[in-house]
Amino acid sequence: MYTFSSKLKNLAIILMVLGLLGIGYGFFSAPKNTEDVEKILAADAHGEHHAAPAAHGEAKHEATPAAHTEAEHAVEAVKDSAAVAAHGLDSVAAHVEEAHVAEVAKPEAHEAPATEAHAEVAHVEAAHGEAHADEHKEHVEHVFHQLQNKPWSALYVGALFIFLISLGVLAFYAIQWAAQAGWSPGLFRVMEAITAYIVPGGIILFVLLVLSGVHINHLFVWMDPEVVAKDHLIQGKSGYLNVPFFLIRAAIFLGGWMLYRTYTRKNSLALDETNDQTYYKKNFKASAGFLAFFLVSESMMSWDWIMSVDPHWFSTLFGWYVFASFFVSGITTIALITLYLKSKGYLEHINNSHFHDLAKFMFGISVFWTYLWFSQFMLMWYANIPEEVTYYKFRIEHYNLPFFGMVVMNFVFPILILINTDFKRVPWIITMAGIIILSGHYLDFHNMIFPATVGDQWFIGAAELGSLAFFAGLFIFVVFTALSKAPLLAKGNPLIEESKHFHY
Amino acid sequence: MSHKVIHALYNDDDVLMDAVKQTRKAHHHIEEVYTPFPVHGLDKAMGLAPTRIAIAAFMYGCTGLSFAIWLLNNIMIQDWPQDIGGKPSFSYLQNMPAFVPVMFEETVFFAAHLMVITFYMRSKLWPFKKAENPDVRTTDDHFLMEVAVNNNESELTSFLQSTGAVEVKVVEKH
Repeated sequence: MYTFSSKLKNLAIILMVLGLLGIGYGFFSAPKNTEDVEKILAADAHGEHHAAPAAHGEAKHEATPAAHTEAEHAVEAVKDSAAVAAHGLDSVAAHVEEAHVAEVAKPEAHEAPATEAHAEVAHVEAAHGEAHADEHKEHVEHVFHQLQNKPWSALYVGALFIFLISLGVLAFYAIQWAAQAGWSPGLFRVMEAITAYIVPGGIILFVLLVLSGVHINHLFVWMDPEVVAKDHLIQGKSGYLNVPFFLIRAAIFLGGWMLYRTYTRKNSLALDETNDQTYYKKNFKASAGFLAFFLVSESMMSWDWIMSVDPHWFSTLFGWYVFASFFVSGITTIALITLYLKSKGYLEHINNSHFHDLAKFMFGISVFWTYLWFSQFMLMWYANIPEEVTYYKFRIEHYNLPFFGMVVMNFVFPILILINTDFKRVPWIITMAGIIILSGHYLDFHNMIFPATVGDQWFIGAAELGSLAFFAGLFIFVVFTALSKAPLLAKGNPLIEESKHFHY
Repeated sequence: MSHKVIHALYNDDDVLMDAVKQTRKAHHHIEEVYTPFPVHGLDKAMGLAPTRIAIAAFMYGCTGLSFAIWLLNNIMIQDWPQDIGGKPSFSYLQNMPAFVPVMFEETVFFAAHLMVITFYMRSKLWPFKKAENPDVRTTDDHFLMEVAVNNNESELTSFLQSTGAVEVKVVEKH
């Protein structure tokens, strides 16, 4: 039996308290009205001329697409080619004028409608001067909404990421049952403990979704009836994207996952006590059924909870991409918690070969994530269709470091470190790689949500880290409490002897 | 110069493994073991050094990646930077995503093929090579251990008999 060490319990509580402080600070420091925003913008001399106008057209496109005119579209197209031409993939300051200059300087970089776009730009610039006062007001309004969204986004990303880790472990657990893997039953209790977080984490997440649904925040722009009224694209999707259906779906997904988790855990414990193999068969069947349900529900969950923050954008492999991201995080978490328990002397039957296997999974799924990340990116980059490429354009311009940094953390680092067989058996190397992978995938979720909700007003500060700390603390508390409730060896499992003597 | 070796034949891989361990313990030099299929753990029992072919493959992969980058940069960016469908050909990095499929495949191609060729060279395998099989049964259902003789022929023969060999014979090797 495991006993929850008081040190770790204190750590969890400290993380939760600090996290709550960070979250509270985030909400406290968010501007209350547009005058606050004026002050912030005035203090940030940069804001007016550089990032803000550039972000204006962009973010408008993301958040309030109703105000999307032909001319703005042309500006965007020009900026697009100019940004590429001027090598400025990251040049945030791709202001219209600059774009214009680059345009003239490098005509060969442009396709046929160069002159047309040129005329359009001049036209837009003229209109820009006239409507400047109006635009400023609109801009302030816009930044105000973004800044108000920031603490909510921070909370949402933290809750989502930590919840999805335990969901990833649940999927991994189900696969181990369904595949009748011989190496992993020794780790079943660790996995079951991690998935205990599904229940509280899922409830918190559902509450956050309900809060969005009753318009406490503006994370999901399609939930705003005013926006929908002016937006034909969202209107066309409102058969799927409407609050009641959204919440019903969320309830079904969460309910299904919690049901599977509770059922298999119960059977797994009963298997220990009775040694009655019918429980094993029940879990085998439940896992196979769950995996079918999971495949569908996970995909829809990713459209609902993540992709719908950008209701104008869609990607067909998004579900897989999100899955790979939290699946590898889940496996990494299993490895980290197993290493911790092993170092405390609790898992006598777990040896280097088990770690080796987990590290191989971390390595392989990291590469799988990269494959999906790149496939999604490259297809959109290559075709460069304006309605889908804005997703990446905005991220490359305003989230350059997190966007490419996460590829380094989630791909380059693991592939160089974990490719070595000997390294995959060394605890500190697995731990280091695991921490980098987890941070990288937090950034991944940050990059999925923040650009749509706060635009270029993002920052990883007190609110974001606080949210992460709070949910990590809660996670540690729930997981290690669950660990202390059952023996760490699933002795009734028919494959447990094989797992004990597993060596690679 | 010719020297003598002893061929000890076994018909079970477990017996063979035990025999190998005993022989090593008795400090007799095992020249070679012939088996019809891979016997798990035999290399460890014989004390063979681990293979370094994975390291070689990694370096071949790096070579392939470098080759692909050089090739694409030379053709698409340096030599004739055409505008093909509006793809930016001003620098390698700008058009990099389009090159990744080739970079990946070249890496795998070099790593795989050069590793296989390395394996053939290191194990001295090629078409028309004369088979070095001391006893045809070793490709079917027998295991053969070849031990060097150093003026201890009778002692070694009886030792190998005791390890469960079904047949022990002294062979003159050229």
